[in-house]
Amino acid sequence: MASVAIRDVRKAFGQVEIIHGVSIDIEDGEFVILVGPSGCGKSTLLRMIAGLESVTGGEIAIADRVVNQVPPKERDIAMVFQNYALYPHMTVGENMAFSMKLRKAPKADMDARVKRAAEILGLTPYLERYPRQLSGGQRQRVAMGRAIVRDPQVFLFDEPLSNLDAKLRVQMRTEIKELHQRLKTTTIYVTHDQIEAMTMADKIVVMHDGIVEQMGAPLDLYDRPDNLFVAGFIGSPAMNFIKGRGAVNGVASVKSDSGIDLPLGPDMNGGTANLDGRPVVYGIRPEHLHIAEGGLPAEVVVVEPTGSETQVFAKLGGQEVVAVLRERVTVGPGDIIPLKPEPGLVHLFDGETGRRL
Amino acid sequence: MAVDADHTSQGRTPQGRIPRGMPAPAGLLERMMSNRHFLGLLFMLPAAALLLLFLTYPLGLGVWLGFTDTRIGRPGIFIGLENFELMWTDTVFWLSVFNTILYTVVASILKFGLGLWLALLLNQHMPFKAFFRAIVLLPWVVPTVLSAIAFWWIYDAQFSIISWALREMGLIEANINFLGDTWNARWSVIAANVWRGIPFVAISLLAGLQTIPQSLYEAATLDGTTPWQRFRYITLPLLTPIIAVVMTFSVLFTFTDFQLIYVLTRGGPINATHLMATLSFQRAIPGGFLGEGAAIATAMIPFLLSAILFSYFGLQRRRWQHGGQD
Repeated sequence: MASVAIRDVRKAFGQVEIIHGVSIDIEDGEFVILVGPSGCGKSTLLRMIAGLESVTGGEIAIADRVVNQVPPKERDIAMVFQNYALYPHMTVGENMAFSMKLRKAPKADMDARVKRAAEILGLTPYLERYPRQLSGGQRQRVAMGRAIVRDPQVFLFDEPLSNLDAKLRVQMRTEIKELHQRLKTTTIYVTHDQIEAMTMADKIVVMHDGIVEQMGAPLDLYDRPDNLFVAGFIGSPAMNFIKGRGAVNGVASVKSDSGIDLPLGPDMNGGTANLDGRPVVYGIRPEHLHIAEGGLPAEVVVVEPTGSETQVFAKLGGQEVVAVLRERVTVGPGDIIPLKPEPGLVHLFDGETGRRL
Repeated sequence: MAVDADHTSQGRTPQGRIPRGMPAPAGLLERMMSNRHFLGLLFMLPAAALLLLFLTYPLGLGVWLGFTDTRIGRPGIFIGLENFELMWTDTVFWLSVFNTILYTVVASILKFGLGLWLALLLNQHMPFKAFFRAIVLLPWVVPTVLSAIAFWWIYDAQFSIISWALREMGLIEANINFLGDTWNARWSVIAANVWRGIPFVAISLLAGLQTIPQSLYEAATLDGTTPWQRFRYITLPLLTPIIAVVMTFSVLFTFTDFQLIYVLTRGGPINATHLMATLSFQRAIPGGFLGEGAAIATAMIPFLLSAILFSYFGLQRRRWQHGGQD
């Protein structure tokens, strides 16, 4: 187990720089998830940590040793690939033992480690099978088993669940988290799925266009997104954004571009000093909109009941918003409902920079 | 089969109406025309007729001729195994068998080794990749006769460029007698065959190499393999099914080679480069002994069959290839 330090790392392919100076500190035993839309550079960063891509600038240190020039096999890391990258001509057992076989480890030691990994992952009955004879979830486990057998300092996961169906994905999510709690190996995990990031990570790093937008604990990111990108990326359904201008008439509020007065909490961060007339984006999470007396009139467009909650898509001053309601509602398309934001849970962003106010 | 049942049992609705504009059943022909098995046979007939006419008939005729004493311009009679008995004691025939096996084995091994090497090179990232791949195909694309003539010139006793170059470099004193000396001639025709055959092996194996996912090599790199170990443990095992196909074809092509030899040496000197195919032709057409030539050609069949059997076992899906999708 080891800490990983990424310091001002850059990556360019030819003239095109795709990672523009990323710094992340990962503590020993931490489960860190790099999340972002496709093309944000998260997989490239992971491959640089693995040593599969060269580092254009900055440095990467594993256990306080700079590894920029260290070949992959000497970095003491193990990686789980998106397509699992299992050797099709080797059995499950041979796949898991391959790295030890190369190091000419004693057979008894090798068998013991493979056996232990197989037990952890419930793969014992499948050790003699070939990858083609396994289901997606089992292959995923073999890929993890191969990593466990290595007993590395750092586990790297590159979108390991994206080839699985929804149900299996949820199950494997739990298994990976359990595995981490059991082995306590430093883990760096790449995904584009913010739910995976929220549910599994100790620390989330949100990347976008080759930079880190924000990093922190999952709920911190959820509760206090630094900017519009993170606010819109984390959370499902996504946060509602309404453009407008600040208005201070005794109490602070936001006047939307369509002329609706949106209430702000009494303790708006940053005070209200320079809010008046300033272009802002008013952000409210769907679950912080309620149907209540004195709410803003909104016209229902679509109602999607999921059983545990109801998602109501409605037009508020010409703009579509979504509200997630815990209670069952009997509204239909065309109805006018009063939607009331919880003022204390409003996020306000600068209209020009997108930064949190 | 299900469709079949549909047609017969539900040809009419209970009301006696005929559904979907189908004509009323009109006896045997109508029933046959709606029978999948019959239609299947019917549709296969043209292809079967072509195969019979252009493949089975000439093959059968060739084998039959081998059991007759037919000559050009004179129909023969059945003479049983006489041609084969004659062959058994014919030293030229046995020399051609030796030549054919030597030619096939040596050329195939060289084509495999060099072809695989070339495929591995072409599979690397390099500038002008598409251009080099196209260039490699050239020897395969030009007509054999043309390349054979070129080699004939290269091997010319007086004007050979190889002899000239070696002489200029001071490595030899006199020209090499490429096609005039028995062993020189054997190696020379093998070299020409290898040159011509490499592209097929290289391009086919390159196609195979490209089906191996890059992530396997990355996983193997992280597992601690050296480049040689990646070749030994990843590339080679995953390439074996394609190697089996490619080498089967390569061996068959080489074993039955005719054009190259016929243009370069015509089997000479002193039959040193006669292959079974060229000897068969020599005896049958210029020599006029159709029966004897056909018998020699027929004698190739056991060799070819064993090559096919070998490939049948080599081509069988390996255990790791069984099972579900990737």
